[in-house]
Amino acid sequence: MQEAMINRAKQLLADGTVNRVIGWKRGEFVYDVTPAIFETAEELDAEFVYDDFTAANVSKYLVKECKKEGKILAFLKPCDTYSFNQLTKEHRVVRDNVYIIGIPGGPKLDAEKIKAKGITGILGAKNDNGTFVIETLYGEEKMPYYEALSTKCESCKSKKHVVYDELIGDDGEVLESDRFDMVEKLENMSAQERYDFWREQLSKCIRCNACRNVCPACTCEKCVFDNPDSGVENKAPADSFEENMFHIIRAFHVAGRCTDCGECSRVCPQNIPLHLLNRKFIKDINSLYGNYQAGEDTTSRAPLNDYKTDDCEASIVHERGVE
Amino acid sequence: MLKISLDRINELFEAISASQTLYIPTDREDGAAEYRKYESGMKLSNALNTVRSAKDFFFPQTENLVDFKMEGKNIEVIDIRKESEDFVIFGARACDARSFTILDKVFLAEPVDSYYKTRREHGTVVTMACTRPSETCFCGVFGIDATAPEGDAACWSDGESIFFEAHNEKGKKFIDSISSLLEDGDTAKLEETREKTRAILKKLPLAGLSTESFGGERMMEHFNSEKWGELSESCLGCGTCTFVCPTCQCYDIKDFNTGHGIKRFRCWDSCMYSDFTKMAHGNPRLTQLERFRQRFMHKLVYFPANNNGEFGCVGCGRCLSKCPISMNIVKVMKALEVK
Repeated sequence: MQEAMINRAKQLLADGTVNRVIGWKRGEFVYDVTPAIFETAEELDAEFVYDDFTAANVSKYLVKECKKEGKILAFLKPCDTYSFNQLTKEHRVVRDNVYIIGIPGGPKLDAEKIKAKGITGILGAKNDNGTFVIETLYGEEKMPYYEALSTKCESCKSKKHVVYDELIGDDGEVLESDRFDMVEKLENMSAQERYDFWREQLSKCIRCNACRNVCPACTCEKCVFDNPDSGVENKAPADSFEENMFHIIRAFHVAGRCTDCGECSRVCPQNIPLHLLNRKFIKDINSLYGNYQAGEDTTSRAPLNDYKTDDCEASIVHERGVE
Repeated sequence: MLKISLDRINELFEAISASQTLYIPTDREDGAAEYRKYESGMKLSNALNTVRSAKDFFFPQTENLVDFKMEGKNIEVIDIRKESEDFVIFGARACDARSFTILDKVFLAEPVDSYYKTRREHGTVVTMACTRPSETCFCGVFGIDATAPEGDAACWSDGESIFFEAHNEKGKKFIDSISSLLEDGDTAKLEETREKTRAILKKLPLAGLSTESFGGERMMEHFNSEKWGELSESCLGCGTCTFVCPTCQCYDIKDFNTGHGIKRFRCWDSCMYSDFTKMAHGNPRLTQLERFRQRFMHKLVYFPANNNGEFGCVGCGRCLSKCPISMNIVKVMKALEVK
């Protein structure tokens, strides 16, 4: 796959279709790849990588990149195409300035999941029919491959590319996923249990803003939390209330626009399952307004941006209430 | 050397925590380790390091400094500091222990930061030598020996027992306070363990990293390097690297109006943030490139320029593990290396 991608990128650079490529760059170890822009065939040959660890969604970078001169080639995984479409819908990217090649997606892996097993000194890793064989400074270690999956790939919603100019490999289908299982579990908890769950998780927050900054739905030029004049700007949560509210407010802000790409949970240095907040909103929107997948298309009106006479009444929130 | 059998470690923790607050690294449900206040039965983590560094104990993420009350034209200044309690940090690694030396240079230099100083005086740092360094470790590059950590007292594990050694008066006092639990032990197996660890340290993938290209002498050369554009192009501008870093020391001071007075507090700042060092005239670093450059120039050039060549990094590897886009000081050093 990687070789086919590099070859096609070189062709598109050579024939002038694009003047640069966004993809992933090899790191120091097997897992530490970095999103990067490539401008020449030499750079692609030397550093371009597409493997188990290229989980990062590059769609958001295109907000900035599509404003530059010339067209950029972007390799998008199925989930990344939903983010791109949503950005197109919100007029945050210029579709014509991006040449999209759809590539097969994950599952992608997360090195932190390997380390959480106590495996350290990772020098190499390969998948041997479902067994992940890891070469370390302390000898060979083995673990089930699926246990190294990035949280965002644990319940894949779609293998289908919703936007592309061409594909490498086959297109897939929208999948029946179990992604709302944990949300249901949380819904079935008592209010106190649910509160305890979220306090335990959100109290880990160090307010690094990685979740916000990586989020393709968070593209405000100036976030209210970064604006010293807003009155709510803060670099650290002053208390547990602020710890909770930052994430809850953010989830409200991206509700109806979040495609469930899972980047927030992937980047969280404290392993907070932030995607569950977003999934709760997605699940509620589905049940209140009918099934809706943000990023599926670029023209439909989103439930929260639209008014229909048969919309559920606002009081439904009151009726459902809290315990 | 004085030792205690590993299976009696919780007896030791009970004894320490009976007289002072004790913090130990312990595993969370998600597998990551963090320092927690010791409570009966808490298990010492086997993890190499905690996600958040040990700097939090001396330089917490947020801290109230002073309160003001206004009545008419009078301002009453209220010192809100309470008597600090003695505490012990058990199990800090060599990298974090060195980070305290670096933070001391910042906070204990004139004008002395009395908030930091008080905590330093009340805290006893008991370090634990590493036995299983990770591929992301590069403390040796900064002259740190992971098998001989600094701290008020240090300890070593040979897999069966933990051995203790004091480095100063505070450390001696600590060991005296637990001496009834300790016995003299043979260090032959310990020496073997240390030898094995030293061999691993030499084999670490980042062991060959060189600091020779850095320091105050190359300030403008590095500042003007064309590499910063490429290095910073995918930086998200989040604060992860700065907040997990044991040596990042920048903070912001703000006033919060409670409606009944003013609370002046400080909190960690991050050079990655768009309002970093924003002043009345505006912001001196308008682009992410400039802010990104600041972080690495600070650690590799400005800090050594002001501190007799000492670098502002301890090679703990937290930023290598935690950066959402895997950009880090090692990649920066390799890119800027002068050959």
